[in-house]
Amino acid sequence: MLHGIAENAGGVPSETLRSSRLLSFWRIFRTDVSGMLGLGVVCVLVMLALLAPLIAPYDPFLQSLTSTLLPPSAAHLAGTDELGRDVFSRLLYGARTTLLIVVSVSVLVAPIGLIIGVCAGYFGGWVDKVLMRIVDIFLALPSLVLALGFVAALGAGTENAVLAIALTAWPPIARLARAETLTIRNSDFIAAARMYGASSLRIILAHVVPLCMPSIIVRVTLSMAAVILTAAGLGFLGLGAQPPSAEWGTMISTGRKVMIDHWWVAAFPGVAILLTSLSFNLIGDALRDALDPRKG
Amino acid sequence: MSAIPSPHRDQRGQNFRDLASAAGGPVISIAVAFIGLLVIIFFMGRILPIDPVLLIVGDQADASTYQQVAREMGYDKPLIQQFFIYVGDALQGDFGRARLTGNLVWSDILQVFPATVELATTAIVIGALLGIPLGVAAAVNRGKALDHILRIVMLMGHSAPIFWLGLMGLIVFYAALHWVGGSGQISLYNMDIVPRVTGFITVDSLLAGETEIFWDAISHLILPASILGYSSTAFIGRMTRSFMLDQLTQEYVTAARVKGLSRRQVIWNHAFRNIRVQLLTVLALAYGGLLEGTVLIESVFAWPGLGQYFTNALLIGDMNAVMAATLVIGSIFLGLNLMSDILYKILDPRTR
Repeated sequence: MLHGIAENAGGVPSETLRSSRLLSFWRIFRTDVSGMLGLGVVCVLVMLALLAPLIAPYDPFLQSLTSTLLPPSAAHLAGTDELGRDVFSRLLYGARTTLLIVVSVSVLVAPIGLIIGVCAGYFGGWVDKVLMRIVDIFLALPSLVLALGFVAALGAGTENAVLAIALTAWPPIARLARAETLTIRNSDFIAAARMYGASSLRIILAHVVPLCMPSIIVRVTLSMAAVILTAAGLGFLGLGAQPPSAEWGTMISTGRKVMIDHWWVAAFPGVAILLTSLSFNLIGDALRDALDPRKG
Repeated sequence: MSAIPSPHRDQRGQNFRDLASAAGGPVISIAVAFIGLLVIIFFMGRILPIDPVLLIVGDQADASTYQQVAREMGYDKPLIQQFFIYVGDALQGDFGRARLTGNLVWSDILQVFPATVELATTAIVIGALLGIPLGVAAAVNRGKALDHILRIVMLMGHSAPIFWLGLMGLIVFYAALHWVGGSGQISLYNMDIVPRVTGFITVDSLLAGETEIFWDAISHLILPASILGYSSTAFIGRMTRSFMLDQLTQEYVTAARVKGLSRRQVIWNHAFRNIRVQLLTVLALAYGGLLEGTVLIESVFAWPGLGQYFTNALLIGDMNAVMAATLVIGSIFLGLNLMSDILYKILDPRTR
C-alpha cells in the first residue's frame, strides 16, 4: 500500500506526481499502433464535428423534394435521404450530436463517480458499505434497459438520453475511485497532511482527487464506446435525439423504412457509429495495456 | 465433493452445508440488489414529468374529482407507503393493465417471453460454439497474425451497433440473397397453425409434426440469433482468451510439455479443463447481456418477444408495461448473476 506513493512523503506536490503518471501512460500508449490509430480517428472526428458548418457541402436540414433518395455520387458523397437531405452533411452534423452526448455524459459521470468513490474509500465504515452496496446494485442491473426505462419516464430527447445514460454509467467509476482512494488513504503524506491539521475536505480535494484523476480519465474513456452505442440505440428506438436533428441512431431508424431499395440511407450512419465506437475501443484497449503491461 | 472419504450421511450433510455456505453470501447480496431494483423501478414510475392523475382526469376537472382519483390511485398516501403497495403488487404479479393491448401486463409478458428465450438461447449457443474455440485459438497463437485477426473480429463485435448489423443483415441475406426468412418469427402464411404448447415455435412445430413450419421458423431465427450470437462471441472469446493466457503461462503447462504430452493434449486436457468454471460464469453473464441485445434486435426483426413488447411500451410511455418489463429483465439479470456466483463457489474449491 506504500509503494511509490510513500516516496512522495517528502513533500513533492501531488501535481508533479500526477503529470509524471500521465506522462508514463503516454509513453507506453504511444507504442501501441492500434491505440494510436483509434486516437487518430477520434481526433479527425472531433475536427470534422467542430468544422462541420465549414466542411458540409449542404445544409443538413435542407429538404429537396426533387432529389430524394439519390444514390451516392460526386454531388452527394453518401447519397440523399427520403426528404432529399444530403446524408454526408447530416453525418458530419451527427458527429457533433454524438460527441456532445459523449462529453456531456462524461462530464456528468466522472465527478459523480469520483465523489461517491472517494468518499466511500476515504471515510470507510458504514459510508463505504452503503455507497458500495448502491454501486453493486447498479452494476448488477441491465444498464441499457434501465436507461430505456428512465428515458420513457422522462420523455424522449437528447438531454434526457444523456441523463439516463449517466444514471447507469457512474458505478464503475465510483468503484475504481474507491479502490484508488484506498491505496492513497494510508500513505504517509496523507498522514502528514492530517497531522498538520488539514480537514478531510481539504485532503480529499487537494490530495486524493488529483491522484485518482488519471485512472478515472482512463476508465471514462473505456466507457465511451458503450455510451456511443447506448445513445445510438436510444436514437434508433426513437427515444434519443428527435427528428429532424441529425443523430446517427435516429438517421438509421428513418433510413430503415427505405433501406431495402436505398441501402445508403441506413448504412452510412451505422458505419459512422461503428468507426467511432471501434476507435474508442482501440484507445481503451491501449490505455488498459498501458495501465497494466502484464496483460497482453 | 468433499475430498476426504467419510461416511455417507456425514458427507451428504457436508455437501449441503457447503452448498448453503456457498449460496449464503451471494443470495443475500442479490436479495439486496433485488430490493434496490424495486426502488429504482418505483422511482422510474414517479419521475414522470406529467402528473399521472391529471392525465386521467384532464385539466378541466375540479379539485374534488382530482382528489378522488388521486386517492383511488394511491397518490395521496406517503411515498414510503406507496412504495410498499407497489412492492406488494409486484410480488403478486399485479402490474396493472397495458395500455397497448388492454390485457394484464403479466399475462402479456408470459405470452411474449418464450420467443425471447428461444432467440437468446440460440444466440448463446452460437456465441459459445464460436467464442470459446476462437478465444482458445487466439490465446495459443498469442501475438501472431491469427491473434490479431481474431482481436479485430471480436472488437468489431462489440463496437458495431447491433440494430444496424440486423438491418444490414436483412438487406444482404434477406433482400439480396434470399437465404433467410425476413422479419417476424415465421412467415405470415404459417402464423397460428401450430398449437402453442411450450411457446417456442421451433419446439411446437416439431411437436405438431409440421417440419415445414419448423424449417420456416429456423430460417427466420437464424439471422437475428447469429447477429446476437456474434456480439456475445466477442465477449466470450475475449474472456476465454484472457483465461487461457493465465493458464498457459503457468508452470504446470511447461511441466506437462516436458513430460512429453502433445500441445493439443496440454491445451485441451490441462489448461482448458481449468477454465471451465470461469467460462460457465461468463456464459451466464453473456446470457444477461443477450437479453439486453434482444431489446434492440427484436425491434429490428419484429420478433414478437419481450424486447419488442418493451420498446412498444416505451414509445407510447406505457409505464405499467415498461416497469414490469424492466423488473422482469432486471430480475433475470440478477438471477443469472446469482447463478454464476454460486456455480463459481461450488465448482471451484479454491473459493471456499
